Amino acid sequence: MDNLSVDHLTGIKDLTKEDIELIFRTADSFKEVINRPIKKVPSLRDITIANVFFENSTRTRLSFELAQKRLSADVVNFSAAGSSVKKGETLVDTVNNILSMKVDMVVMRHPNPGAALFLSKKIKAKVVNAGDGTHEHPTQALLDAFSIREKLGEVAGKKVVIVGDILHSRVALSNIYCLQKLGAEVMVCGPTTLIPKYIQELGVKVSHNLIEALEWCDVANMLRIQLERQDIKYFPSLREYSMQFGLNKEILNNLSKEIVVMHPGPINRGVEITSDVADSKQSIILNQVENGVAIRMAVIYLLAAKIER
Amino acid sequence: MSCSFAKITHVFLNQKTIFVAMEKQVILNAQHLELTLKRLAHELIESHNDFKDTVLVGLQPRGVHVLSRLKDVLEEILGHSVVCGNLDITFYRDDFRRRERPLIPSVTNIDFSLENKKVVLIDDVLYTGRTIRSGLDALLTFGRPAKVELLVVIDRRFRRDLPIQADYIGKTVDTLISERVSVEWKGLEGEDKVLLFTKENNG
Repeated sequence: MDNLSVDHLTGIKDLTKEDIELIFRTADSFKEVINRPIKKVPSLRDITIANVFFENSTRTRLSFELAQKRLSADVVNFSAAGSSVKKGETLVDTVNNILSMKVDMVVMRHPNPGAALFLSKKIKAKVVNAGDGTHEHPTQALLDAFSIREKLGEVAGKKVVIVGDILHSRVALSNIYCLQKLGAEVMVCGPTTLIPKYIQELGVKVSHNLIEALEWCDVANMLRIQLERQDIKYFPSLREYSMQFGLNKEILNNLSKEIVVMHPGPINRGVEITSDVADSKQSIILNQVENGVAIRMAVIYLLAAKIER
Repeated sequence: MSCSFAKITHVFLNQKTIFVAMEKQVILNAQHLELTLKRLAHELIESHNDFKDTVLVGLQPRGVHVLSRLKDVLEEILGHSVVCGNLDITFYRDDFRRRERPLIPSVTNIDFSLENKKVVLIDDVLYTGRTIRSGLDALLTFGRPAKVELLVVIDRRFRRDLPIQADYIGKTVDTLISERVSVEWKGLEGEDKVLLFTKENNG
Protein backbone atom coordinates (compact mmCIF):
# COMPACT_ATOMS: atom_id res chain seq x y z
CA MET A 1 0.00 0.00 0.00
CA ASP A 2 1.80 3.10 -1.19
CA ASN A 3 -0.95 5.24 -2.62
CA LEU A 4 -4.04 6.89 -1.12
CA SER A 5 -7.38 5.42 -2.20
CA VAL A 6 -8.88 8.93 -2.47
CA ASP A 7 -8.13 11.92 -4.72
CA HIS A 8 -9.28 14.54 -2.20
CA LEU A 9 -9.34 14.63 1.57
CA THR A 10 -12.92 15.68 2.28
CA GLY A 11 -13.49 13.51 5.34
CA ILE A 12 -12.12 10.61 7.36
CA LYS A 13 -15.26 8.67 6.46
CA ASP A 14 -13.89 8.04 2.94
CA LEU A 15 -10.45 6.85 4.10
CA THR A 16 -9.48 3.23 4.67
CA LYS A 17 -7.42 2.00 7.60
CA GLU A 18 -4.54 1.51 5.14
CA ASP A 19 -4.83 5.14 3.99
CA ILE A 20 -4.55 6.34 7.58
CA GLU A 21 -1.55 4.10 8.25
CA LEU A 22 0.15 5.32 5.07
CA ILE A 23 -0.39 8.93 6.16
CA PHE A 24 1.09 8.09 9.59
CA ARG A 25 4.18 6.39 8.12
CA THR A 26 4.78 9.35 5.82
CA ALA A 27 4.22 11.76 8.71
CA ASP A 28 6.87 9.91 10.75
CA SER A 29 9.44 10.87 8.11
CA PHE A 30 8.23 14.46 7.95
CA LYS A 31 8.40 14.74 11.73
CA GLU A 32 12.09 13.84 11.48
CA VAL A 33 12.51 16.43 8.69
CA ILE A 34 10.96 19.29 10.69
CA ASN A 35 13.40 18.64 13.52
CA ARG A 36 16.46 19.10 11.29
CA PRO A 37 18.53 22.30 11.18
CA ILE A 38 17.04 22.94 7.71
CA LYS A 39 13.39 22.01 7.90
CA LYS A 40 12.52 22.14 4.23
CA VAL A 41 12.33 19.54 1.46
CA PRO A 42 12.05 20.37 -2.25
CA SER A 43 9.36 17.79 -3.19
CA LEU A 44 6.55 20.19 -4.11
CA ARG A 45 8.60 22.84 -5.91
CA ASP A 46 6.23 22.88 -8.89
CA ILE A 47 2.94 22.89 -6.94
CA THR A 48 0.82 25.91 -6.01
CA ILE A 49 -1.65 25.66 -3.16
CA ALA A 50 -4.45 28.06 -2.22
CA ASN A 51 -5.62 28.28 1.39
CA VAL A 52 -9.22 29.41 1.19
CA PHE A 53 -10.71 30.21 4.60
CA PHE A 54 -14.33 31.28 4.88
CA GLU A 55 -14.19 30.90 8.65
CA ASN A 56 -11.75 32.00 11.34
CA SER A 57 -8.72 29.89 12.17
CA THR A 58 -5.32 30.32 13.81
CA ARG A 59 -3.75 26.92 14.35
CA THR A 60 -5.10 25.09 11.32
CA ARG A 61 -4.28 27.85 8.91
CA LEU A 62 -0.81 28.43 10.26
CA SER A 63 -0.15 24.72 10.39
CA PHE A 64 -1.27 24.19 6.80
CA GLU A 65 0.78 27.12 5.59
CA LEU A 66 3.90 25.92 7.40
CA ALA A 67 3.40 22.40 6.06
CA GLN A 68 3.11 23.74 2.52
CA LYS A 69 6.16 25.94 2.86
CA ARG A 70 8.26 23.12 4.32
CA LEU A 71 7.37 21.10 1.23
CA SER A 72 8.52 24.04 -0.94
CA ALA A 73 5.06 24.61 -2.47
CA ASP A 74 3.98 28.09 -3.50
CA VAL A 75 1.21 29.34 -1.26
CA VAL A 76 -1.58 31.87 -1.72
CA ASN A 77 -3.88 32.79 1.13
CA PHE A 78 -7.44 33.93 0.92
CA SER A 79 -9.88 34.76 3.68
CA ALA A 80 -13.53 35.63 3.28
CA ALA A 81 -13.19 38.83 5.29
CA GLY A 82 -12.35 41.61 2.87
CA SER A 83 -13.00 39.50 -0.25
CA SER A 84 -15.53 39.52 -3.07
CA VAL A 85 -17.59 36.89 -1.23
CA LYS A 86 -19.08 39.86 0.55
CA LYS A 87 -20.12 41.20 -2.85
CA GLY A 88 -22.20 38.11 -3.62
CA GLU A 89 -19.80 35.82 -5.49
CA THR A 90 -20.60 32.08 -5.26
CA LEU A 91 -18.19 29.54 -3.80
CA VAL A 92 -17.51 27.84 -7.13
CA ASP A 93 -16.93 31.17 -8.87
CA THR A 94 -14.55 32.33 -6.17
CA VAL A 95 -12.56 29.12 -6.29
CA ASN A 96 -12.57 28.90 -10.09
CA ASN A 97 -11.16 32.40 -10.23
CA ILE A 98 -8.38 31.35 -7.90
CA LEU A 99 -7.80 28.22 -9.98
CA SER A 100 -7.45 30.14 -13.23
CA MET A 101 -4.33 31.55 -11.64
CA LYS A 102 -2.98 27.95 -11.98
CA VAL A 103 -3.46 26.55 -8.52
CA ASP A 104 -3.09 22.77 -8.09
CA MET A 105 -4.60 22.25 -4.66
CA VAL A 106 -7.17 24.01 -2.49
CA VAL A 107 -7.24 23.82 1.29
CA MET A 108 -10.65 25.05 2.37
CA ARG A 109 -12.46 25.85 5.58
CA HIS A 110 -16.13 26.69 5.21
CA PRO A 111 -19.09 27.11 7.60
CA ASN A 112 -21.36 24.80 5.58
CA PRO A 113 -21.21 21.03 6.09
CA GLY A 114 -20.35 19.28 2.81
CA ALA A 115 -18.71 22.34 1.24
CA ALA A 116 -15.42 20.48 0.62
CA LEU A 117 -17.15 17.50 -1.00
CA PHE A 118 -19.22 19.85 -3.16
CA LEU A 119 -16.11 21.70 -4.26
CA SER A 120 -14.18 18.51 -5.04
CA LYS A 121 -16.89 17.57 -7.54
CA LYS A 122 -16.86 20.98 -9.23
CA ILE A 123 -13.18 21.71 -9.75
CA LYS A 124 -10.12 19.95 -11.15
CA ALA A 125 -7.72 20.80 -8.33
CA LYS A 126 -7.21 18.55 -5.30
CA VAL A 127 -9.29 19.57 -2.29
CA VAL A 128 -8.29 19.27 1.35
CA ASN A 129 -11.02 19.91 3.89
CA ALA A 130 -9.77 22.11 6.73
CA GLY A 131 -13.15 21.97 8.47
CA ASP A 132 -16.62 22.19 6.96
CA GLY A 133 -19.12 23.52 9.49
CA THR A 134 -20.16 20.92 12.05
CA HIS A 135 -19.32 18.04 9.69
CA GLU A 136 -15.66 16.95 9.52
CA HIS A 137 -12.13 18.20 10.25
CA PRO A 138 -10.06 15.32 8.90
CA THR A 139 -6.52 16.59 9.47
CA GLN A 140 -7.33 17.33 13.13
CA ALA A 141 -8.54 13.75 13.65
CA LEU A 142 -5.43 12.40 11.92
CA LEU A 143 -3.09 14.42 14.10
CA ASP A 144 -5.05 13.46 17.24
CA ALA A 145 -4.77 9.76 16.44
CA PHE A 146 -1.12 10.23 15.42
CA SER A 147 -0.41 11.89 18.80
CA ILE A 148 -2.11 9.01 20.66
CA ARG A 149 -0.03 6.52 18.66
CA GLU A 150 3.11 8.48 19.51
CA LYS A 151 2.30 8.69 23.22
CA LEU A 152 0.86 5.21 23.83
CA GLY A 153 2.57 3.18 21.09
CA GLU A 154 -0.59 2.29 19.21
CA VAL A 155 -4.21 3.32 18.79
CA ALA A 156 -5.79 -0.13 18.48
CA GLY A 157 -7.41 -1.29 21.70
CA LYS A 158 -7.18 2.12 23.39
CA LYS A 159 -10.20 3.77 24.99
CA VAL A 160 -10.80 7.40 24.07
CA VAL A 161 -13.45 9.68 25.51
CA ILE A 162 -14.44 12.88 23.73
CA VAL A 163 -15.87 15.37 26.21
CA GLY A 164 -17.90 18.50 25.51
CA ASP A 165 -19.95 20.01 22.71
CA ILE A 166 -20.29 16.91 20.51
CA LEU A 167 -23.34 18.35 18.73
CA HIS A 168 -21.48 21.24 17.11
CA SER A 169 -18.07 19.61 16.80
CA ARG A 170 -16.51 18.58 13.52
CA VAL A 171 -13.49 17.38 15.48
CA ALA A 172 -15.68 14.87 17.34
CA LEU A 173 -17.16 13.30 14.21
CA SER A 174 -13.81 13.01 12.41
CA ASN A 175 -12.20 11.64 15.56
CA ILE A 176 -14.90 8.99 15.95
CA TYR A 177 -14.39 7.77 12.37
CA CYS A 178 -10.61 7.87 12.60
CA LEU A 179 -10.23 6.16 15.99
CA GLN A 180 -12.74 3.46 15.14
CA LYS A 181 -11.01 2.69 11.84
CA LEU A 182 -7.78 2.24 13.78
CA GLY A 183 -9.43 -0.12 16.25
CA ALA A 184 -9.92 2.15 19.29
CA GLU A 185 -13.05 2.31 21.43
CA VAL A 186 -14.76 5.69 21.60
CA MET A 187 -17.07 7.24 24.17
CA VAL A 188 -18.68 10.67 24.03
CA CYS A 189 -19.47 12.58 27.19
CA GLY A 190 -21.38 15.81 27.76
CA PRO A 191 -24.73 17.27 28.77
CA THR A 192 -27.69 15.52 27.07
CA THR A 193 -28.44 18.65 25.05
CA LEU A 194 -24.98 18.62 23.45
CA ILE A 195 -24.93 14.92 22.51
CA PRO A 196 -26.61 14.31 19.13
CA LYS A 197 -29.52 11.88 19.14
CA TYR A 198 -28.76 8.43 17.69
CA ILE A 199 -24.99 8.94 18.01
CA GLN A 200 -24.88 5.36 19.37
CA GLU A 201 -25.59 4.27 15.79
CA LEU A 202 -21.95 5.15 15.05
CA GLY A 203 -20.89 2.53 17.57
CA VAL A 204 -19.83 4.92 20.34
CA LYS A 205 -20.65 4.73 24.04
CA VAL A 206 -22.44 7.67 25.64
CA SER A 207 -21.97 8.99 29.15
CA HIS A 208 -23.28 12.02 30.97
CA ASN A 209 -20.96 11.62 33.94
CA LEU A 210 -17.43 12.99 33.56
CA ILE A 211 -15.81 10.96 36.37
CA GLU A 212 -17.31 7.72 35.10
CA ALA A 213 -16.09 8.48 31.56
CA LEU A 214 -12.59 9.37 32.75
CA GLU A 215 -12.31 6.19 34.84
CA TRP A 216 -13.16 4.20 31.69
CA CYS A 217 -10.73 5.85 29.29
CA ASP A 218 -6.99 5.90 28.46
CA VAL A 219 -7.23 9.23 26.66
CA ALA A 220 -9.55 12.20 27.21
CA ASN A 221 -10.06 14.65 24.36
CA MET A 222 -11.56 17.82 25.83
CA LEU A 223 -13.55 19.93 23.34
CA ARG A 224 -14.41 23.59 23.46
CA ILE A 225 -17.99 24.80 23.83
CA GLN A 226 -18.71 26.31 20.41
CA LEU A 227 -20.80 29.26 21.52
CA GLU A 228 -20.60 30.78 18.03
CA ARG A 229 -22.54 27.85 16.57
CA GLN A 230 -25.13 27.62 19.35
CA ASP A 231 -28.35 29.26 18.24
CA ILE A 232 -30.19 28.47 21.49
CA LYS A 233 -29.14 27.97 25.12
CA TYR A 234 -28.06 24.35 25.59
CA PHE A 235 -27.16 24.69 29.28
CA PRO A 236 -27.88 27.29 31.95
CA SER A 237 -24.41 28.83 32.24
CA LEU A 238 -20.77 28.23 31.40
CA ARG A 239 -20.05 28.09 35.13
CA GLU A 240 -22.50 25.25 35.57
CA TYR A 241 -21.11 23.44 32.53
CA SER A 242 -17.61 23.85 33.93
CA MET A 243 -18.62 22.42 37.31
CA GLN A 244 -20.15 19.32 35.70
CA PHE A 245 -17.89 18.68 32.71
CA GLY A 246 -14.75 20.75 33.27
CA LEU A 247 -11.53 18.83 33.93
CA ASN A 248 -9.43 20.06 36.83
CA LYS A 249 -6.29 18.81 38.56
CA GLU A 250 -8.24 17.41 41.51
CA ILE A 251 -10.35 15.14 39.31
CA LEU A 252 -7.27 14.10 37.33
CA ASN A 253 -5.29 13.21 40.48
CA ASN A 254 -8.15 11.25 42.03
CA LEU A 255 -8.48 8.89 39.06
CA SER A 256 -7.34 5.32 39.60
CA LYS A 257 -4.95 5.53 36.61
CA GLU A 258 -2.96 8.12 34.70
CA ILE A 259 -4.77 9.23 31.56
CA VAL A 260 -3.58 11.31 28.60
CA VAL A 261 -5.26 14.70 28.15
CA MET A 262 -5.78 16.20 24.71
CA HIS A 263 -7.39 19.36 23.38
CA PRO A 264 -7.73 20.42 19.73
CA GLY A 265 -7.54 24.12 20.64
CA PRO A 266 -8.43 26.89 21.07
CA ILE A 267 -8.62 26.33 24.83
CA ASN A 268 -11.08 28.22 26.99
CA ARG A 269 -9.03 27.96 30.15
CA GLY A 270 -11.20 27.46 33.20
CA VAL A 271 -14.19 26.22 31.20
CA GLU A 272 -13.59 22.74 29.73
CA ILE A 273 -10.11 22.42 31.20
CA THR A 274 -8.20 24.30 33.91
CA SER A 275 -4.77 25.80 33.36
CA ASP A 276 -2.96 23.35 35.66
CA VAL A 277 -4.36 20.43 33.64
CA ALA A 278 -3.61 22.02 30.27
CA ASP A 279 -0.01 22.62 31.32
CA SER A 280 0.47 19.32 33.19
CA LYS A 281 2.76 16.54 32.00
CA GLN A 282 -0.25 14.36 31.21
CA SER A 283 -1.34 16.89 28.60
CA ILE A 284 -0.08 16.41 25.02
CA ILE A 285 -1.75 19.55 23.67
CA LEU A 286 1.44 21.09 22.31
CA ASN A 287 2.61 17.77 20.85
CA GLN A 288 -0.67 17.74 18.94
CA VAL A 289 0.21 21.09 17.42
CA GLU A 290 3.70 19.93 16.42
CA ASN A 291 2.33 16.73 14.92
CA GLY A 292 -0.23 18.79 13.01
CA VAL A 293 2.48 20.14 10.71
CA ALA A 294 3.91 16.66 10.03
CA ILE A 295 0.45 15.17 9.36
CA ARG A 296 -0.51 18.00 7.01
CA MET A 297 2.80 17.65 5.16
CA ALA A 298 2.05 13.94 4.70
CA VAL A 299 -1.51 14.55 3.46
CA ILE A 300 -0.42 17.25 1.02
CA TYR A 301 2.55 15.18 -0.19
CA LEU A 302 0.44 12.08 -0.84
CA LEU A 303 -2.33 14.03 -2.59
CA ALA A 304 0.16 16.05 -4.66
CA ALA A 305 1.58 12.75 -5.96
CA LYS A 306 -1.78 12.30 -7.66
CA ILE A 307 -1.73 15.63 -9.52
CA GLU A 308 -1.29 14.95 -13.22
CA ARG A 309 1.62 16.63 -14.90
CA MET B 1 -10.47 5.59 -14.48
CA SER B 2 -10.52 2.56 -16.77
CA CYS B 3 -7.71 4.11 -18.76
CA SER B 4 -5.37 4.40 -15.77
CA PHE B 5 -6.19 0.85 -14.73
CA ALA B 6 -5.16 -0.42 -18.15
CA LYS B 7 -1.92 1.50 -17.83
CA ILE B 8 -1.03 -0.09 -14.50
CA THR B 9 -1.76 -3.60 -15.79
CA HIS B 10 0.43 -2.92 -18.76
CA VAL B 11 3.35 -1.82 -16.62
CA PHE B 12 2.84 -4.76 -14.31
CA LEU B 13 2.88 -7.23 -17.20
CA ASN B 14 5.96 -5.58 -18.59
CA GLN B 15 7.80 -5.96 -15.31
CA LYS B 16 6.75 -9.58 -15.15
CA THR B 17 8.02 -10.29 -18.65
CA ILE B 18 11.33 -8.64 -17.90
CA PHE B 19 11.62 -10.60 -14.68
CA VAL B 20 10.92 -13.94 -16.39
CA ALA B 21 13.20 -13.33 -19.35
CA MET B 22 16.15 -12.17 -17.22
CA GLU B 23 19.30 -14.24 -17.12
CA LYS B 24 21.48 -13.77 -14.08
CA GLN B 25 25.20 -13.90 -13.70
CA VAL B 26 27.26 -13.60 -10.52
CA ILE B 27 29.79 -10.76 -10.72
CA LEU B 28 31.00 -11.05 -7.12
CA ASN B 29 30.50 -14.08 -4.90
CA ALA B 30 30.51 -14.08 -1.09
CA GLN B 31 34.29 -14.44 -0.84
CA HIS B 32 35.02 -11.72 -3.38
CA LEU B 33 32.49 -9.37 -1.81
CA GLU B 34 34.14 -9.86 1.59
CA LEU B 35 37.56 -9.11 0.09
CA THR B 36 36.16 -6.05 -1.66
CA LEU B 37 34.67 -4.69 1.58
CA LYS B 38 38.02 -5.21 3.35
CA ARG B 39 39.88 -3.39 0.59
CA LEU B 40 37.38 -0.51 0.68
CA ALA B 41 37.81 -0.31 4.46
CA HIS B 42 41.59 -0.05 4.09
CA GLU B 43 41.25 2.60 1.40
CA LEU B 44 39.04 4.60 3.75
CA ILE B 45 41.57 4.28 6.57
CA GLU B 46 44.33 5.44 4.21
CA SER B 47 42.65 8.79 3.66
CA HIS B 48 40.80 9.22 6.96
CA ASN B 49 43.33 7.87 9.51
CA ASP B 50 41.51 7.59 12.85
CA PHE B 51 38.11 8.87 11.59
CA LYS B 52 38.16 11.72 14.14
CA ASP B 53 36.25 14.15 11.90
CA THR B 54 34.76 11.59 9.55
CA VAL B 55 31.20 10.27 9.48
CA LEU B 56 29.79 7.52 7.28
CA VAL B 57 26.32 8.01 5.82
CA GLY B 58 24.46 5.14 4.13
CA LEU B 59 21.75 5.93 1.63
CA GLN B 60 18.33 4.33 2.08
CA PRO B 61 17.18 1.79 1.12
CA ARG B 62 20.16 -0.35 -0.01
CA GLY B 63 23.22 1.69 0.90
CA VAL B 64 22.56 1.20 4.61
CA HIS B 65 23.31 -2.52 4.28
CA VAL B 66 26.69 -1.75 2.71
CA LEU B 67 27.33 0.67 5.57
CA SER B 68 26.44 -1.79 8.31
CA ARG B 69 28.84 -4.42 6.89
CA LEU B 70 31.58 -1.91 6.21
CA LYS B 71 31.24 -0.51 9.73
CA ASP B 72 31.88 -3.97 11.20
CA VAL B 73 35.00 -4.44 9.06
CA LEU B 74 36.29 -0.93 9.85
CA GLU B 75 35.74 -1.19 13.59
CA GLU B 76 37.50 -4.53 13.69
CA ILE B 77 40.59 -3.03 12.02
CA LEU B 78 40.51 0.28 13.91
CA GLY B 79 39.56 -1.11 17.30
CA HIS B 80 37.15 1.75 18.00
CA SER B 81 33.73 2.80 16.77
CA VAL B 82 33.05 5.10 13.83
CA VAL B 83 30.15 7.56 13.59
CA CYS B 84 27.45 6.33 11.21
CA GLY B 85 24.01 7.44 10.05
CA ASN B 86 21.34 6.50 7.55
CA LEU B 87 19.92 9.03 5.12
CA ASP B 88 16.63 8.81 3.26
CA ILE B 89 16.50 10.87 0.06
CA THR B 90 12.87 10.33 -0.99
CA PHE B 91 11.76 13.95 -0.59
CA TYR B 92 14.78 15.22 -2.56
CA ARG B 93 14.34 13.01 -5.62
CA ASP B 94 13.80 14.61 -9.02
CA ASP B 95 11.12 12.13 -10.19
CA PHE B 96 8.28 13.01 -7.79
CA ARG B 97 4.99 13.03 -9.79
CA ARG B 98 6.83 11.53 -12.77
CA ARG B 99 5.94 8.01 -11.71
CA GLU B 100 2.69 6.12 -11.28
CA ARG B 101 2.99 5.90 -7.49
CA PRO B 102 4.18 8.36 -4.86
CA LEU B 103 7.63 7.88 -3.39
CA ILE B 104 7.39 6.35 0.06
CA PRO B 105 10.16 7.33 2.49
CA SER B 106 12.38 5.16 4.71
CA VAL B 107 13.97 6.09 8.02
CA THR B 108 16.62 8.79 8.40
CA ASN B 109 18.70 8.69 11.56
CA ILE B 110 21.42 11.26 11.61
CA ASP B 111 21.52 12.53 15.18
CA PHE B 112 24.70 14.56 14.77
CA SER B 113 25.60 17.75 12.93
CA LEU B 114 27.55 17.45 9.70
CA GLU B 115 29.04 20.93 10.12
CA ASN B 116 32.74 20.78 9.13
CA LYS B 117 32.75 16.98 9.06
CA LYS B 118 34.24 14.81 6.34
CA VAL B 119 31.30 12.79 5.07
CA VAL B 120 31.53 9.53 3.15
CA LEU B 121 28.26 8.79 1.33
CA ILE B 122 27.73 5.07 0.84
CA ASP B 123 25.51 3.26 -1.66
CA ASP B 124 25.48 -0.15 -3.30
CA VAL B 125 25.28 0.67 -7.03
CA LEU B 126 26.24 3.89 -8.80
CA TYR B 127 24.29 4.09 -12.06
CA THR B 128 22.73 7.34 -13.35
CA GLY B 129 24.01 9.42 -10.43
CA ARG B 130 20.55 10.84 -9.73
CA THR B 131 20.28 9.18 -6.32
CA ILE B 132 23.61 10.67 -5.29
CA ARG B 133 22.49 14.10 -6.52
CA SER B 134 19.43 13.84 -4.27
CA GLY B 135 21.62 12.52 -1.47
CA LEU B 136 23.87 15.58 -1.65
CA ASP B 137 20.83 17.85 -1.37
CA ALA B 138 19.46 15.90 1.57
CA LEU B 139 22.86 15.88 3.27
CA LEU B 140 23.14 19.67 3.27
CA THR B 141 20.05 20.00 5.49
CA PHE B 142 22.18 18.63 8.34
CA GLY B 143 24.85 21.32 8.10
CA ARG B 144 27.75 22.26 5.84
CA PRO B 145 30.24 19.40 5.60
CA ALA B 146 33.94 20.15 5.04
CA LYS B 147 34.10 17.47 2.38
CA VAL B 148 31.84 14.83 0.84
CA GLU B 149 33.14 11.63 -0.71
CA LEU B 150 31.33 8.75 -2.36
CA LEU B 151 31.84 5.02 -1.82
CA VAL B 152 30.00 2.41 -3.92
CA VAL B 153 30.27 -1.36 -4.20
CA ILE B 154 29.47 -1.40 -7.92
CA ASP B 155 30.11 1.36 -10.44
CA ARG B 156 28.14 0.93 -13.67
CA ARG B 157 30.45 3.18 -15.64
CA PHE B 158 29.54 5.13 -18.80
CA ARG B 159 25.90 5.14 -17.66
CA ARG B 160 25.78 8.49 -15.86
CA ASP B 161 23.06 11.11 -16.43
CA LEU B 162 24.92 13.61 -14.24
CA PRO B 163 28.59 14.53 -13.72
CA ILE B 164 29.06 12.43 -10.57
CA GLN B 165 31.90 9.99 -9.84
CA ALA B 166 32.79 7.77 -6.90
CA ASP B 167 35.96 8.10 -4.80
CA TYR B 168 36.01 4.49 -3.58
CA ILE B 169 34.79 1.74 -5.90
CA GLY B 170 34.38 -1.96 -5.14
CA LYS B 171 34.12 -3.10 -8.73
CA THR B 172 33.56 -1.34 -12.02
CA VAL B 173 31.27 -3.02 -14.54
CA ASP B 174 30.25 -2.21 -18.10
CA THR B 175 26.52 -2.66 -18.53
CA LEU B 176 23.67 -1.99 -20.93
CA ILE B 177 20.66 0.12 -19.92
CA SER B 178 18.47 -2.98 -20.26
CA GLU B 179 20.56 -4.79 -17.65
CA ARG B 180 20.18 -4.59 -13.91
CA VAL B 181 22.74 -4.99 -11.11
CA SER B 182 21.73 -6.18 -7.66
CA VAL B 183 23.88 -6.35 -4.52
CA GLU B 184 22.47 -9.03 -2.19
CA TRP B 185 23.25 -9.68 1.48
CA LYS B 186 23.26 -12.75 3.66
CA GLY B 187 20.93 -11.18 6.20
CA LEU B 188 18.38 -10.17 3.55
CA GLU B 189 18.49 -12.45 0.53
CA GLY B 190 20.30 -15.39 2.15
CA GLU B 191 23.68 -15.01 0.48
CA ASP B 192 26.33 -12.32 -0.06
CA LYS B 193 26.68 -11.76 -3.80
CA VAL B 194 26.45 -9.28 -6.64
CA LEU B 195 24.28 -10.27 -9.59
CA LEU B 196 23.97 -8.96 -13.13
CA PHE B 197 20.59 -9.54 -14.73
CA THR B 198 20.56 -9.56 -18.53
CA LYS B 199 17.59 -9.74 -20.87
CA GLU B 200 17.82 -13.05 -22.70
CA ASN B 201 17.45 -11.84 -26.28
CA ASN B 202 19.82 -8.92 -26.15
CA GLY B 203 20.70 -8.17 -29.62
